[in-house]
Amino acid sequence: MRCVVATSNVKVLGKAVHSLSRIGDELYFEPLSSGLALRCVNSSRSAYGCFLFTPLFFQHYDSGAPPGGLEDSGFRCKMGMKSVQTVFKSLSSLDKTVEKCEIDLNPGGNRLVFQLHCKYGITKTHNLSFQESESLQPVFQKDGYANVLRAQPRLLADTVVHFPPSLEEVNVTVSGERVQFRNHLEDEQDASKMMLTEMSLDADEFESFQVREETGITFCLKELRGLLSFAESSGLPLSMYFDQPGRPVVFGLDDPVLEVNFVLATLSDEETTTHRERNRSRPPQADTSHDDFLSDDMDSYMIAMETSAVGGAEAQPCSTGSDHRREREPVSAACSSGSKQQRGRESGSEEEEEEEEEELPGTPPQKRFRSLFFGSVLSPYSQGANQTLRNQEVLAEASDSDPEEQEEETAKK
Amino acid sequence: MPLSTQLEAGEEQYVLIASLDNARNLSNILKAIQFKDHATFLATSNGIKVTVEDSKCLQANAFIQAEIFQEFSIQEDSVMFRVNLAVLLDCLTIFGGSAVPGVTTALKMCYNGYGYPLTLILEEGGVVTVCKINTQEPEETLDFDFCSTNVINKVILQSDSLREAFSELDMTSEVLQITMSPDKPYFRLSTFGNSGSAHCDYPKDSDMMEVFQCTQTQTNRYKMSLLKPSTKALSLSCKVSIRTDSRGFLSLQYMVRNDDGQICFIEYFCCPDEEVGEQEQ
Repeated sequence: MRCVVATSNVKVLGKAVHSLSRIGDELYFEPLSSGLALRCVNSSRSAYGCFLFTPLFFQHYDSGAPPGGLEDSGFRCKMGMKSVQTVFKSLSSLDKTVEKCEIDLNPGGNRLVFQLHCKYGITKTHNLSFQESESLQPVFQKDGYANVLRAQPRLLADTVVHFPPSLEEVNVTVSGERVQFRNHLEDEQDASKMMLTEMSLDADEFESFQVREETGITFCLKELRGLLSFAESSGLPLSMYFDQPGRPVVFGLDDPVLEVNFVLATLSDEETTTHRERNRSRPPQADTSHDDFLSDDMDSYMIAMETSAVGGAEAQPCSTGSDHRREREPVSAACSSGSKQQRGRESGSEEEEEEEEEELPGTPPQKRFRSLFFGSVLSPYSQGANQTLRNQEVLAEASDSDPEEQEEETAKK
Repeated sequence: MPLSTQLEAGEEQYVLIASLDNARNLSNILKAIQFKDHATFLATSNGIKVTVEDSKCLQANAFIQAEIFQEFSIQEDSVMFRVNLAVLLDCLTIFGGSAVPGVTTALKMCYNGYGYPLTLILEEGGVVTVCKINTQEPEETLDFDFCSTNVINKVILQSDSLREAFSELDMTSEVLQITMSPDKPYFRLSTFGNSGSAHCDYPKDSDMMEVFQCTQTQTNRYKMSLLKPSTKALSLSCKVSIRTDSRGFLSLQYMVRNDDGQICFIEYFCCPDEEVGEQEQ
């Protein structure tokens, strides 16, 4: 496995790493025949980011796969995000001092070597340790969305700048002619005491404004900011795919040499309407109890993370065993605010977190996102529909699942 | 412009008088060695040497030659005292630390000898401040016995290139390993931190390498915590000389150009880390 990145692209690579660092603590590194995939997911599985650098991005790209271009090398790993960030520490001087960046697997196979060839003959070598990991691939398909907006990243960046940096969740409502951004209020917050910010953008400010379903979604802004800063520097138009609340929102950047996708969970409908103090664009629906997470609709909203099916590796997704009992809340359920939404979902998530061998924080995150990721659509990377369905795993695992079934240990050397 | 003195007694009583039109020429240098609270001042007819030490393993010296001062008079062969460096710097920058163009603080430093405080008279824009700082019994400073005849390897680099490398050093590494060799990798800085090892190599023919005199391959490790303070001196300097002797002792010499273009030197001596394990390849 060997990649060589030339001058100006080194900074792009560095920026990609930094923007993924806003999502989570581990960087998943997977050289595919279609390009190098850098991915990250947050601890509650409610945000996922992926940068796919096609072979054209590189001065030289060898994924280590056997010749023929049909198979992948099977090498994939994850590294501490901070370690990789250290390689690209001084972003501003990267394009001025670095002439070339080489990424190799060392002969011993236990270190990923990032070598920066800088001006004046100076060479900086970073030998990073990694853990072999399963593939991190959420299942989503951009084609299936009712609403697609495309704009210059500047537009969105200028919009979010009005929201305080501490703002967690933002609500986006779209109608045929305009889109509104609002800060989302938790139901325990009193609207009369909070600062409410609302921004409205006309359809004609967008390069493309396709709305087939008037809807409103709420998602977490924090993880998006990382993508926005990358998008702004790249100048590529940013696309936003979404429809019903509960279905994740996808942000994408497309370029001949680079494909970026950020998938963020959205608050599901029951929660958004019961928490609204005022009538917004959607009429409030039947007050479904918070406790009703046993509904069948959850099926389609569970995160399905595809395992590394190719090659027969028995690797499992990061967290769970193959529990198909859908009444188990999805992991993202873990993101409920601690106090109110106690119950099984918390224990489910904590277990899931405990089982993970990575260093997840002990307490579940404060976010209220419940259902997230996707369900029935096929992964763009899957080898076939059948495999996807067979391998869909529930991330939140059953409390009585056998820890030994966690095959993470076996997946790692 | 000479400072009008406001002395209680005649000037003849003072064993040391040193004046500077721009106190920053002294304070900037001293900030670069301020990793401990106390410093030992040694004044001779050559000038002033300020020494700061840490754990008996590290010593930093700042040399301000007599020529740098607008007035420098010393009545004894050598005058030595210990003073709180943090307090001294606070006084030197009493009119504010940041540099306003065109405005300088003038300084007159007076010392009456053993047992007397160090008197600083500072003036800026017509406002005069007099500070008296208690001095202490000078402590014996370490003698690293580092002489040029024992030097095995020496390189002189332009500070610019080293600055970035130092700022990017992996601080989770306990040691900084310095390899100097007549063969590849010539000059290498290595760290071994939580995420793995990192190396920064400087070839002997690099534009940044002014002098390369390495006779033998040497690899030594030094505690990161001891060397990290030298980054300040590095950022002030334009050139740095790195030398190691037969015992693995490290000497870093920084050439600093002050506001008026005059040259001063800062020197760091460091002992190698005792537990030298296997080197990472």
